[in-house]
Amino acid sequence: MAGAEVTWKNGKFGTTQRRDRWWVESALVFCGFTAFIIYATWAAFQGKFYTHGPYLSPFYSPEIFGDSPHAIFGPKPGWIPDWIPFSPALLILWAPGLFRFTCYYYRGAYYKSHWSDPPACAVGEPRNKYLGENSFPLIMQNVHRYLMYIAIAFLFLLAWDVWKAMWFTDATGTHFGIGLGTIILAVNVCLLSSYALGCHSLRHIVGGYLDSISEHPVRHKAYECVSCLNASHKKWAWCSLFSVAFTDIYVRLCSMGIWSDWRIF
Amino acid sequence: MAQATFRIWRSNGTGGAFQDFKTEVSEGMVVLDAVHKIQAEQAGDLAVRWNCKAGKCGSCSAEINGMPRLMCMTRLNELPMDEPVTVEPMHAFPGIKDLVTDVSWNYEVKKKIKKFKPRKPDAADGTWRMQQADVDRVQEFRKCIECFLCQDVCHVLREHDKHDEFIGPRYLVYTAALEMHPLDTEDRLKDLKFDHGIGYCNITTCCRQVCPENITITENAIIPLKERVVDQYYDPLSMLFRMFTGK
Repeated sequence: MAGAEVTWKNGKFGTTQRRDRWWVESALVFCGFTAFIIYATWAAFQGKFYTHGPYLSPFYSPEIFGDSPHAIFGPKPGWIPDWIPFSPALLILWAPGLFRFTCYYYRGAYYKSHWSDPPACAVGEPRNKYLGENSFPLIMQNVHRYLMYIAIAFLFLLAWDVWKAMWFTDATGTHFGIGLGTIILAVNVCLLSSYALGCHSLRHIVGGYLDSISEHPVRHKAYECVSCLNASHKKWAWCSLFSVAFTDIYVRLCSMGIWSDWRIF
Repeated sequence: MAQATFRIWRSNGTGGAFQDFKTEVSEGMVVLDAVHKIQAEQAGDLAVRWNCKAGKCGSCSAEINGMPRLMCMTRLNELPMDEPVTVEPMHAFPGIKDLVTDVSWNYEVKKKIKKFKPRKPDAADGTWRMQQADVDRVQEFRKCIECFLCQDVCHVLREHDKHDEFIGPRYLVYTAALEMHPLDTEDRLKDLKFDHGIGYCNITTCCRQVCPENITITENAIIPLKERVVDQYYDPLSMLFRMFTGK
């Protein structure tokens, strides 16, 4: 295509005639994603301070093996070698992490912010070579729908954590109650659900693949509901990212005794 | 009347440079008005393609202050007028003269896409029946005015010159309009994957951001097509399902 010969083409990293602060969005996304990845990795490797009373950090849920009362199968099994770093979060966090990594919104965002491909719309790129998602490794992004299935299963587990977070044990027994942590866990599940249930792959699977969706009224309704959430997928992606990190911080600081959980009733 | 400076790309198709023009501007003017005023008063040989001046013909596509936009729909009061307003032709296509580019590549691409192939008529009089809900989705794509701003901003074409391997967002929208049509029976998924390069799209959403018709290009056209390609070529469960059901 003769477009390559056009003399006014950009061609250098960051070259553009744009007058607006085009770099601000990419810079904010870079800072936001990087901060989350660093914090989540640090928190996952800690292996402690992830429960407080009935609360369990979402980074550690479900706790398959672990030392807390939330552990499904009890303590770390002996067949896991000691030289392998162990934390209950490391067993499960790959699933929601990869779900976000392969999410269509996040892909478009981090290709721009972390890989400058492009740094912003109509702005010059640092590399001439481009493979896109047409070949390895990015062709693996197509696994997204399977990670979505796992992410939806996690929503049920996190909702179960909210239910458990309503039962407080003291010297007189176990009583129903609601603390600030209960509300934070519940809001977190709502935000995570709004994000995961607006997934583009889910939108396709519930009905988007049909050309005559009106012949399937239940699928049609489901498609409309997912489409409604999907329209704000970016917003839910960010809100849920912040909420899941904040929920972990809340449980962690309560567990460390730095914050005290406010028991509403 | 205030005076403003317009920095317009001048070229005869090979090489070129920006040239500054000062002109009087008034309330309500759009960039195309200013370009016409400059053409009338200062540069009679300035080439600019235009037609409707109403954002419906898609002729006056250009890059204004670096962003692909329609000149007729860009009001001067949206732009910082204390500095020169740059007006360039689209970067993704070869220049002919000044602000006019050769967009014929797009028409050649369109010819490669399999045409609409309706099922047999539903009624004896040769007509079909469709539900509004089924065509709602594809009606959005019919709003396209073929201004090619989405093609211009797409970095796969603009920066990487994949014109031989990638059909661009405009024609992914066109393909989606056909592929999702309730009457259509043609299969374009193989072409999308192997010949039309849908895998090159990395979902930057720039195409959606510049669309003057506000078509939700990325979310409603490209990603659904990507998902259909996943069904066909990457999802083992879908493949098994098709193998056993024949669907």
